[in-house]
Amino acid sequence: MTLELRNVTKLAGADTHIHETNLVLATTGFNVLLGATNAGKTTLIKMMAGLERPSSGEIWFNGKNVTGVSAQKRNVSLVHQFFVNYANMNVFENIASPLRVARRSKQEIERRVGETAALLRLTPMLGRHPSELSGGQQQRTALARAIIKDSVLVLLDEPLANLDYKLREELRDELPRLFEDRGTIVVYATSEPSEALLLGGHTATLFEGRITQFGETAVAYRAPQDLVTAQVFSDPPINAAKVSKRGGEVIMNGDVRWPAEGVIAEAPDGEYTVGVRPHYVTPQRQSAAAVTLDGEILVTELSGSESVAHFSLAGKIWVAQSHGVQPYQVGEIHKFFVDVSRCLYFGADGALVAA
Amino acid sequence: MAKITLEKLRHSYLSNPSEAMDWALKELNIDWSDGGAYALLGPSGCGKTTLLNIISGLLTPSEGRIRFDGRDVTGLAPVERNIAQVFQFPVIYDTMTVYDNLAFPLRNRGVEPARVDQRVREIARLLELDDMLSKRAAGLTADGKQKISMGRGLVRDDVNVIMFDEPLTVIDPHLKWKLRSKIKELHQRVRATMIYVTHDQTEALTFADQVVVMREGEVVQIGTPVELFERPAHTFVGHFIGSPGMNVLPCELRDGATFVGDCHVPLAGPVGNGLAAAKLELGVRPEFVHFAEKGIPAQVVRTVDTGRYRVVETRAGGVRVYVFCTDDDVIPEGSTHLAFDPARTGLYADSWLVAG
Amino acid sequence: MNKTQNQRAWLFVAPVLALVAFNALIPLMTVVNYSVQETFGNNIFFWQGVGWFEDLLRSDRFQAALARQLVFTAIILTIEIPLGVAIALTMPRKGPWVSVCLVLMALPLLIPWNVVGAMWNIFALPEVGLLGKAINSLGIDYNMTRQPMAAWFTVILMDVWHWTSLVVLLAYAGLIAIPDAYYQAAKIDGAKPWAVFRHIQLPKMKQVLTIAILLRFIDSFMIYTEVFVLTGGGPGNSTTFLSIDLVKVALGQFDLGPAAAMSLIYFIMTLLASWVFYTVMTRNDAR
Repeated sequence: MTLELRNVTKLAGADTHIHETNLVLATTGFNVLLGATNAGKTTLIKMMAGLERPSSGEIWFNGKNVTGVSAQKRNVSLVHQFFVNYANMNVFENIASPLRVARRSKQEIERRVGETAALLRLTPMLGRHPSELSGGQQQRTALARAIIKDSVLVLLDEPLANLDYKLREELRDELPRLFEDRGTIVVYATSEPSEALLLGGHTATLFEGRITQFGETAVAYRAPQDLVTAQVFSDPPINAAKVSKRGGEVIMNGDVRWPAEGVIAEAPDGEYTVGVRPHYVTPQRQSAAAVTLDGEILVTELSGSESVAHFSLAGKIWVAQSHGVQPYQVGEIHKFFVDVSRCLYFGADGALVAA
Repeated sequence: MAKITLEKLRHSYLSNPSEAMDWALKELNIDWSDGGAYALLGPSGCGKTTLLNIISGLLTPSEGRIRFDGRDVTGLAPVERNIAQVFQFPVIYDTMTVYDNLAFPLRNRGVEPARVDQRVREIARLLELDDMLSKRAAGLTADGKQKISMGRGLVRDDVNVIMFDEPLTVIDPHLKWKLRSKIKELHQRVRATMIYVTHDQTEALTFADQVVVMREGEVVQIGTPVELFERPAHTFVGHFIGSPGMNVLPCELRDGATFVGDCHVPLAGPVGNGLAAAKLELGVRPEFVHFAEKGIPAQVVRTVDTGRYRVVETRAGGVRVYVFCTDDDVIPEGSTHLAFDPARTGLYADSWLVAG
Repeated sequence: MNKTQNQRAWLFVAPVLALVAFNALIPLMTVVNYSVQETFGNNIFFWQGVGWFEDLLRSDRFQAALARQLVFTAIILTIEIPLGVAIALTMPRKGPWVSVCLVLMALPLLIPWNVVGAMWNIFALPEVGLLGKAINSLGIDYNMTRQPMAAWFTVILMDVWHWTSLVVLLAYAGLIAIPDAYYQAAKIDGAKPWAVFRHIQLPKMKQVLTIAILLRFIDSFMIYTEVFVLTGGGPGNSTTFLSIDLVKVALGQFDLGPAAAMSLIYFIMTLLASWVFYTVMTRNDAR
């Protein structure tokens, strides 16, 4: 089963919301649409759902052109960022509603609602109304409705964005399991790169209405085709700096030099942009070949188990991310080590220098 | 700026609280020093907003006292407490310009115009709002509006405390870290006492020198970010802070030694007596679990690549145990064994840390 | 938001369009037809052109009715809008009294218009009416069937009593939509009650107040039943507003042509005034 976007565009007045897009989505794993707010994720989802019609191009489902077919006739499920449930129905009726519409038998409804509720750990809440549920339970109810519908296409538009992060962690863990082996095409829109990585499957990176890359999530992350993809797929932001390649050496800011090894060794001399993910910039030396940077620490951040430092180096702000709680002091000059074997190089056109 | 003392504070929304469950806020005693950065961290419904409203004066506690610099303010209204607060949703005066918004609290207090102008420009520069002072505030983006809310607190140089109630809720994820660091920077510049309420660990740990972790109306731990990470006083803290959170395995005590199944798990410190009746558990963070030749038998279930590191899900001692691996670690398949770092393993009796 | 292109949507609108056509468009066209012709009955019509319109706009009678109408509308707007807002501000925002207040406020709106007129007619009687008797016992000579001033006073009082509730309810709806955080922030910023009203409540009520003013303007411009029952347009012509005059011309004298022309002028004025109001009041939002 496939969902295909053929030369799809979406214009609104003089603005282009979606530039010409070609995309083939399959049932194996999640299809993640990754991009910032307004990158075009929701517009794509709406077109896939049939809520909006592309300005040009076609949408094919399983070898059939469904471009003008309305959402009601497409057998799709859509879960929004905001929990949408029927306020006047209890959880059982909410989950059962797609089956009632499809006029299924009472026994079947009871059996399947029971199963789905158990899957989403909603069994004790079946008699309650949405207003009596926590945000996570409300969103699980909405998800249960999407699952029970047996849609061939499930569209999830930032479904976890409004939940506490611990709940987000749990549901993110559960979601791929829920849709495993269902033969469903799942599209998941998110603005968080870490979420895309945890969900796996395939990822399309979106930037200003354009898909910059589509492929296996891990591949898109490790070998981004171009600088824009690398930037979209990095949180905290990827460090990017201009470098020159001269002979066997890479030179940054005039005085930081390292030997050109790997793919960059083969590339012609000239100007490049180096991309270093923040976790390869560390306060401890990770490898003998590491290059040292002396940066002035501007801001430090701490998540549960990771420290992030924003430091300035030759007028640019760099980000270093490392495990554990680091004793950074704002304003001090701190040594950071860059693992140059992990650097990505981009040519003048922004394309990745690849082997 | 002021030192804040909470004395035997308790609150219930019911008129006749009898059981422990009836208390939205269970008894707490806290001393916050002048100019510190503090966070109240916990899931929704843990009582952190109740506590915030009690400090700001929007709510009068059922029992106990609040003191600012030793002065009892329990009965005072918010305006008399001289505090500032930034709300979850940006509050701005739509009809005014950014400048007038920032000047509003000063003008209300009859501050002379020259002084108002000086303070407004100073704070606008600090918040990077100086090039939009003449714009209508209603036209700004959410982060701009939230900066104005902050600015209205900062222009007054006599506030006792500035409070933040989940201030980043409506901020775009890509801008969150910028504003997060801005708040931190502001604290370092102005050194006002600040209290930050959130359910987000990154926000709390980034901002605060000291974090108060709350659950079900109870303070479960007060500590620095390092303490919360390295020595969670309660399994809830271990679970709530860190992604994924601390692994918790049921264990037994035999002759003063801890066992998971038949496997002895050494701890760094001595184990006390009188724990026989309690529910005993071991807590260890995924960072301090390693694959080993011998140890607790485990099954590898799956591996998730987060890009920066890999998290391996295993089953051991009848529960899910996560193991952190770097890119270079070798991950075994099928059956294996797990070893815990003794210095970073804690023993928990009825969920509270007792040894380790 | 993007609009979905779906031609079939017109099908759903079609019944309403048909209904509107029967209700509004066809009668309107009939009126237009009458307004340009002269008839002496028996369905015999003569072309009159814009003659009726010219006569009407020049007539003292129409101008006087229009002037009375404008004064009346201006007076009731200046009373009802501030009064409505003031009452809404004093109403409780939560608690058991909310529903009591709401029901009390809704009561005048639920009474049929002719009953309102009849009620006030009795109420204002100088000998037996509560209001009339009370005023007279204060030593003021009050009789609305004889004194134009007394008639105006009664008509305005009645309209304020009948319709201020609508403004109250709309303003109240605007007020309770303001999140608590705004009031808390204002308290913390040290704002005085006037500043809270000026900078929080009034801006947040602006949209509902726009609607309230529009509704009250149109309604008062078209006021008929209550005044007709109360004073019948008198004494003399002192409370003969546009609609009362129109009915006198159309039904009293059966001058269909002039009445139709008058209806059209009336209609266009209402439309124009509403449009001007709406544009002026929403202009700031668009910017």
